[in-house]
Amino acid sequence: MMIFEAILLTIITAATPLLLAAIGEVVVERSGVLNLGVEGMMIMGAASGFAVAILTGSSLLGVMAGLFAGMAMSLLFAALVLGLAANQVASGLALTIFGLGLSGLVGFPFVGAKREAMAHLYLPYLSDLPFFGRVIFGQDPLVYIAFALVVAVALIISRTRAGLILRAVGENHHSAHALGHNVRQVRLLAILFGGACAGLAGAYLSLVYTPFWTPGMTAGRGWIALAIVVFASWRAGRAVIGAYIFGGVSILQLHAQGFGLGVPAQALAALPYLTTIIVLFALSRLPRGSSRAPACLGQPFLPAR
Amino acid sequence: MTGVGTQDSGDQPLLAASAISKRYGSLLANDAIDLVIRPGEIHALLGENGAGKSTLVKILYGLIAPDSGQIMWRGAPLVLSGPAEARHHGIAMVFQHFSLFDTLSVVENVALALPPEPLAALSERVYRVSRDYGLDLEPGREVWRLSVGERQRIEIVRCLMQNPKLLILDEPTSVLSPTETSGLFRTLEAIRGEGRSVLYISHKLEEVRVLCRSATVLRHGRKVASCDPSRESAASLARMMVGEDIHDVQVKPHRGDGAERLGVRQLNRASPDPHGTSLADVSFSVRAGEIVGIAGVAGNGQDELFSALSGEVSSLPEAVCIDGQAVGAKGIVARREYGAAFIPEERLGHGAAPGFTLSENVLVSQHGKQGFVRRGVLDRSALRDCLAAIRQRFDVRAGEADPPARALSGGNLQKFIVGRDIMGAPRLVIVAQPTWGVDAGAAAFLRQSLVDLAEQGAAVLVISQDLDELFELSDRIAVLSRGRLSPALPRGQQTRESIGLMMGEAMREVAHAPHA
Repeated sequence: MMIFEAILLTIITAATPLLLAAIGEVVVERSGVLNLGVEGMMIMGAASGFAVAILTGSSLLGVMAGLFAGMAMSLLFAALVLGLAANQVASGLALTIFGLGLSGLVGFPFVGAKREAMAHLYLPYLSDLPFFGRVIFGQDPLVYIAFALVVAVALIISRTRAGLILRAVGENHHSAHALGHNVRQVRLLAILFGGACAGLAGAYLSLVYTPFWTPGMTAGRGWIALAIVVFASWRAGRAVIGAYIFGGVSILQLHAQGFGLGVPAQALAALPYLTTIIVLFALSRLPRGSSRAPACLGQPFLPAR
Repeated sequence: MTGVGTQDSGDQPLLAASAISKRYGSLLANDAIDLVIRPGEIHALLGENGAGKSTLVKILYGLIAPDSGQIMWRGAPLVLSGPAEARHHGIAMVFQHFSLFDTLSVVENVALALPPEPLAALSERVYRVSRDYGLDLEPGREVWRLSVGERQRIEIVRCLMQNPKLLILDEPTSVLSPTETSGLFRTLEAIRGEGRSVLYISHKLEEVRVLCRSATVLRHGRKVASCDPSRESAASLARMMVGEDIHDVQVKPHRGDGAERLGVRQLNRASPDPHGTSLADVSFSVRAGEIVGIAGVAGNGQDELFSALSGEVSSLPEAVCIDGQAVGAKGIVARREYGAAFIPEERLGHGAAPGFTLSENVLVSQHGKQGFVRRGVLDRSALRDCLAAIRQRFDVRAGEADPPARALSGGNLQKFIVGRDIMGAPRLVIVAQPTWGVDAGAAAFLRQSLVDLAEQGAAVLVISQDLDELFELSDRIAVLSRGRLSPALPRGQQTRESIGLMMGEAMREVAHAPHA
C-alpha cells in the first residue's frame, strides 16, 4: 500500500506543472494565438520563484514572483504578436530561447541553494481517511489551485459570455472585429493568463517538485504542455486527462525501470510520446467540431483601416 | 450636399455621405462619392467589380476610415471609430462573405452581436423574430451544419435583432435559390414598411429594378449617376455601370448531334467532407458542339462533381469517359491529354496560385504541353510569349507585363484562367461558375468565348448557380440537387420557374432533414 501511495503522490506532483501550463495554453489557443514560448515562460517562473523564495524565505512570495515572471514574459510575446503582428511561431520559439538564457542569468546566484519543499495542506479529518486520504486531501496548495483553474476555465469557456467572446475571437477574428469585439484586447488578456499559468507551473517545479534551481530544469515540460493542449482538443477538462497520462506514464516508466523489466529504458521513456501519438490519431477520427483547432489559431490579426 | 442640416426633419435624410474619398496606394478606391439614403427606402448601390462599392459600405460601417469626406447621420456629423460605434448608432451590415462562427450555434452567433442576455431567453427571441420575418431558424444548431441560405438568414436575423435604422446588404442573393430570393425580398419589404432603410448591393439588375426605387451608380471609384431603377431597363442600368453598351452574347443554334465527348455513367462518390454532398448515380453526356448547363444551389454536389470530372478525385474507370475512353481512374494530366480543359470555381488558390506570376500560372495547368519545359528547365521566354498571346486575345488588363495572380481583379484573373485553358483549342471544356463575381462586360466576353468554342466543335459543360447565364448559353440544362442530377432537357422545354422549383425543393428538403 505504501508503494502504491508513493507512486500516486509522485504522479500528482509530476502532472501538476503540466496541467497548470496546459490550462493556460488552452485559453491562449482558444483565443487564436499559438504561444510556443511556454517552456521559456515556465523556466523564468522557476528561476524567479526560487530566487524570491530564497531571498524572502516565503513560498507564497516565491509563487507570486514565478507567476509575475511568466506574465512579464508573455507581455513581451504579446507586444510582438499583437502589437507588431509578428509571426507567432517565430516569436514563441524566440521567447523559449530567450527564457532559457535569461533564467540562467537570474538563477545563477542561487545554484546550489537549498530549501524545504512547500508545505502540504492537510485537510483536517479528510486527510486521515484510509487509503486515499493523504493522496487526495493532503496535497500542496498548488495542486488544488490547478484543479480549481480547470473547473473555472471549463465553466467560463462554455457557459459565460466572456468565454463565448474568447471562442469567437479564436474562431474568426475578422467577424469578431466586425461585430465590434476588441480582438487584440481579448487576446492580450488570454496571453497574460497563459503566461501567469506557465509561470506558476515553473514555480511549482522549483519550489515543490525539486526544491532547488538548475538551469534548464523544465526539461521540455513546456513542450509537453503544448502537446497536451492538442491532446485535450482545446478542452480544459480533457487537459486533466492528458496531464495525468503524461505525468503517470513518465513516473510509471521510472518504476518499471526500477523493477527491472527486461525492456530497454529508452523504450519505456518513449511511452508518454507514443501514448500521445495514439491518442492524437484516435482524436483525428472524430467528427469535425469535437476535436478541431480554433480556426484562426496562429494567424496574425491586423484590422485594415 | 448643401443644406442637409437646414431641411425640415420630415425630409431629413437618414444618412448623407458627402465627398467620401479613400486611396490605396496608387488606386483611388473612392473618389469624392456622395450618397443619400432616406428613411424607409431600399437604396441600391450599383457598380462593376472594383467600382468601390465594398470600400464605401465598409466606410459607412466603420471598418475602414475614409481619407476625407463627411458622413451626416440623422442630421448630425458622424465619425466612426469602428464597427462597434456604427452598430451603436443603428447601422448593421450583412457581409458578402459571411461573418459567422462555424463552430458556434445559431444563438451564440446572434448573442455575440447583442448586449449580454441569457442564452435561453435569447433563443426564444431568435425563434420568434425569425418566424415573424419568415426566416425560419433553429437556434440550437451549429452553423457548419447549415446550408448557405440558412447562414444568410442568421446574418439577417442577427442584424434585425439589433433593431437597426440602416441595414447594409452586400450581394445577398448571389448564393440564394430563386425561392429563397423572393423570401428575402418579402423580408426587405417588411423592414422598409417599418420605416427602416436598406442599402442593397447587387449585380443582378433585374432584382434591383423590382426591389429599389432609388439607386446610386459607381464607376471606377466615382459616383456617375443616381436614378430610379424601376424606371430604367436592365440594359440602361448596365450602361451606367460600365459606361458603354454591353454586347449581347451571339448564340447560334448549336449542332447537338456530334459524337459524344464526355460520358458520365452512374457516377457515385461519397464526399470525404462530413458536411459535403455525396454524388449518387450521376449520368449524363455532352456531345461535340453543344453546351450543357448544370444548375443548382451551392453545396448540392457541384464541387464533388467537378473534382470527379477533372480527375482530382478518381472514380470507377467507366464512370467517366472522354471520347469513349474510360478515364475515371486517371488523373488530371492524363485527362488533359485527351483534349480536356478544366476551369474550377475558385480562382485564387484552385485556378491560379496567388503568389505566382501569370506566366508561372500558365505552367501550372499547361506543364504537360510541349515547349514550356526543356530537359527539366523552364523556358521562361516561351511562357511569357504564351502569356502575351493570352493577354492579347482575352483582353487581360493588368499594370505590369507579368504580375502575380493576386494583383489582378476578379474579372481579369478569370479571363486569364479561361484564356489559359482554352487557348490550345480543347475538345472538351468543363467550367464551374465561369462568371462568378465578374463584372458585366467581362462576363459577356467570357460567355462569348465559351459559345465560340462550342461552335468550333468543342463540347462544353458549364456548372453554374446563375440561371440567367445557363439559359443564355446552354443547349440542354440539368439540375443538380442533393447529389442527384435530373435529366438534361433542351433549353426550350424548361423555364426558370421549373428549374428554380427543382433547386428550391432540394433546399427545403435539406432544411427539414433530421440532422445527425
